[in-house]
Amino acid sequence: MADTVQTWSPGIRSPGLQGVRLQPSASGNLRLFMRRRSTIAFLMCLPLIVIITSLVLYPALYSIYLSMLNKSQTRFIGLGNFSFLLSRDVFWMVMEQTAIFALSAVFFKALIGLITAHLINNLPVKGQRKWRGMLLVPWVIPLALSSLGWWWLFDPTHSAFNYILSSLGFEEIPWLSSPYWARFSVILVNVWYGAPFFLIMYLAALKSVPEQLYEAASIDGASAWQKFIHITLPMMRNIIAITVLFSLIVTFANFDIVQIMTAGGPRNMTHVFATYSFMLGIRSGDLPLGAATSLFMFPILGIAAIFILRGVRKRGREIG
Amino acid sequence: MSTAAVAARAPRERLGVRASLSRNRRWALITSYVFLVIFAIFFLTPPFYMVVTALKSDAEVAHMATNPWIIADGVTLDQFRILFTQTDFLIFFKNTIIVTVSTVAITMVVSVLAAFSLGRMKFWGSSILATGIFLTYLVPDTLLFIPLFQIVKAVGLLNSYWGMILVYPTLTVPFCTWIMIGYFQSIPKELDEAALIDGAGHMQMLTKIFIPVALPGIIAAMIFAFTVSWAAFVYPMAFLYSADQQVLTVGTVTSLIRGDVYKWGMLMAGALVAAAPPLVIYAFLMDYYIAGLTSGATKG
Amino acid sequence: MAEVALRNVVKRFDNVEVVRSINLDIPDNEFVVLVGPSGCGKSTTLRMIAGLEEVTSGDISIGGEVVNDRPPKDRDIAMVFQNYALYPHMSVFENMSFGLKLRKFPKEEIRKRVDHAARILDITELLDRKPKALSGGQRQRVAMGRAIVRNPKVFLFDEPLSNLDAKLRVQMRTEIKRVHQLVKTTTVYVTHDQVEAMTLADRVVVMNNGRIEQIATPQELYHHPKTLFVAGFMGSPAMNFMRCRLEQNGVGLRVRLSDAVSLPVPASQSARYQPLTGKELVFGLRPEHITEPRRNDRDLQCEFAATLDVVEPMGMETMVYFTVDGQEVCGRVDPGSAAGPGEQMRLYADMDRMHLIDPQSGAVL
Repeated sequence: MADTVQTWSPGIRSPGLQGVRLQPSASGNLRLFMRRRSTIAFLMCLPLIVIITSLVLYPALYSIYLSMLNKSQTRFIGLGNFSFLLSRDVFWMVMEQTAIFALSAVFFKALIGLITAHLINNLPVKGQRKWRGMLLVPWVIPLALSSLGWWWLFDPTHSAFNYILSSLGFEEIPWLSSPYWARFSVILVNVWYGAPFFLIMYLAALKSVPEQLYEAASIDGASAWQKFIHITLPMMRNIIAITVLFSLIVTFANFDIVQIMTAGGPRNMTHVFATYSFMLGIRSGDLPLGAATSLFMFPILGIAAIFILRGVRKRGREIG
Repeated sequence: MSTAAVAARAPRERLGVRASLSRNRRWALITSYVFLVIFAIFFLTPPFYMVVTALKSDAEVAHMATNPWIIADGVTLDQFRILFTQTDFLIFFKNTIIVTVSTVAITMVVSVLAAFSLGRMKFWGSSILATGIFLTYLVPDTLLFIPLFQIVKAVGLLNSYWGMILVYPTLTVPFCTWIMIGYFQSIPKELDEAALIDGAGHMQMLTKIFIPVALPGIIAAMIFAFTVSWAAFVYPMAFLYSADQQVLTVGTVTSLIRGDVYKWGMLMAGALVAAAPPLVIYAFLMDYYIAGLTSGATKG
Repeated sequence: MAEVALRNVVKRFDNVEVVRSINLDIPDNEFVVLVGPSGCGKSTTLRMIAGLEEVTSGDISIGGEVVNDRPPKDRDIAMVFQNYALYPHMSVFENMSFGLKLRKFPKEEIRKRVDHAARILDITELLDRKPKALSGGQRQRVAMGRAIVRNPKVFLFDEPLSNLDAKLRVQMRTEIKRVHQLVKTTTVYVTHDQVEAMTLADRVVVMNNGRIEQIATPQELYHHPKTLFVAGFMGSPAMNFMRCRLEQNGVGLRVRLSDAVSLPVPASQSARYQPLTGKELVFGLRPEHITEPRRNDRDLQCEFAATLDVVEPMGMETMVYFTVDGQEVCGRVDPGSAAGPGEQMRLYADMDRMHLIDPQSGAVL
């Protein structure tokens, strides 16, 4: 397949068919360029490049610039916003909350995902689809809407959960009004929403382990638990790493759940970076401060991203 | 000569002695089902409760002594009626459809072109670009929404759903491209060469050969783009203020509150109707839905 | 003692009987090959012996004890899979020692056994490598090594050579035979390749459609098959089968193959076939017994002429194909005497090796 198309412009007599390019005209040059395979390929990528550059790269860089301005965006104040944030106790609390929130939620999501994937994989194949379909529902419902539903379930006066608790003789729980219960509720909803994703991923990974390996292990004398430790986990190591890191990024930056159920309260004790930055930037109108807040997410996301990339590359090599 | 020695003794009696192998297997299956039911209850309780609430009258919702998990006073569609006739809900629905359909269209055009190019046509910088796309997907909307606020304002699209159509593709294009690069790559090279011999140009190859062959991937990507656009919350929350421009997610959660009173029956009805399209697509196209998710992470 | 015995073993999947009541006795140290076409139930039988499939009814015993209810790890068996089934994330050493580690063998014992097996199989330099860095033949050896270190009562092989190319297959066949002579253990070996069966087995079990057709030593099977299926399955190229009629002609019996061709039944067989005179039967003769006339003391009545359709020179001999009464027949002749395609040639049938088969029952008479 020729990469370039050799041509000569009309009107010039060529000495013979030697494929020599003789004095091509300007328009011929352009036509040549347009027909090159790599040019076409690049042009096809252009819309994507435009979108990403203008709406992702540029804003990301702009946000750095923005974070170094004062509230009315008239003066350049360097790292003033950052030092201001770091001097506030609330901000440190937000950082800590976001980290705990993300780490614990991801841990439980992965755990539940792994357990449910195994449970479903144990079923006869015909029934697996049904169960898989049912258990994926939390992921399909838009998070904002299911957060609304959970809010209703946690409602201080009408909580349906509290109804069950009190009819069993237990005390009612202040799901969203007590700080520690509020944190629990937020993590709970996040786990509810995200576990199905892990379920799907791990189910696919489980199915990719060849059955004969388990048979060989049976003959070698492995119990079910030993098979899990020595065969399943090592074979799934890469996909577990990828999903965990990926979920860390997404959970870390989560907005919907906290915003809808608690708006950061009570007393800022459920704020995460996303909601705090929203409050400072949009609600209070101090865009530079909001930008500074959300930029704190960047280093952690960056590190996680690098590890994901390595994991995905490794998996690509494993498969291909 | 030597044929099989026929057993002289009778086969062992099996009545009442079950093979312990299958007994173990049966117990394992029962335990699996028990735990799965527990998990299913956990996952399906909120939607179930949302449905129950949406079908109750306001009076019953407010009444605290009765069991909120069942409908005691009779099923009523009043909440839905009020939702459609006395609120801006249908406006939200219309806006969301416009935004979502436009976003899916834009996304597919951009993604298919880019994926085809990156997946099959090697050019200088293509692998860097592919990596870059993947990294873009990892940049969350909650990092970008502040600078984008300025940008969308500057373009004059603040408080307009056209602004949504502008920014939503950032949520969908990277992952959709990533999914489809995988699908395009899995088509054997010989197809290119056969098409070239038959005289097809690149565009023709794309439309007449690759798109039909990669259709499952395209459907999966479309479903992903649809679901993400429909459920987007951060951008409309930040950039849209007036009800006539608002979309379903933000609208249902914030604007359906009358005065200070939370009309939960209506809110739940709204949430259900708003959640219905993704659920319906999921119910009918579940395999494509799941394929989209898994291929992104497992296809290198 | 490590005999294996199968009594009335049946295997049903849903409502399909895949293994229909087979009986088999394998004495200690014997190398038995289960051979047959795809779907005949040989792999299923092997997996039932291994404990990977449940027995629908019947008994399987190893070493005198019925093992139906025992899981694979308690049956003291080792298996070599078609796809090797090596643990990809473990080194060769770890692969081979996995079973011993699970059984809590002391480290020195494990080391000793693995080294011993590695020496037998010539894979000592590979002990630190991972499976993906090995060739197909090396992987197969590691799979065998994993089986050897366990010192089991029975070795089970499930089509282990099917994934190797032809040349490697021949090499590994010899390897397996050599290892069996060194490590004397009862072996049950499954394959669809009758050449493997012939070369490796002490006894061969020919299976078809879930049933055992015949159990015999390779030679016995080859020269004295008991059914049409066995006669046609063993040997390559396959035995020629021709419709015929048994006729009485003066003093002797003759086999009439077509209007033109009729061959004499040797005196030694006459008594046996006499009662069948006049019947329509199937005449079986292996290609190597249809040759060019070569011996001076031959019975001229066994000669006939045929027009050759296809001639395949194989180097050492030439295969000739011709038609008798509409059926294709294959013969093996000396390359120098072969005629060309379309030409006529005189051929000689070694009737001492003839078989007559009842077309209804498939039994060799």
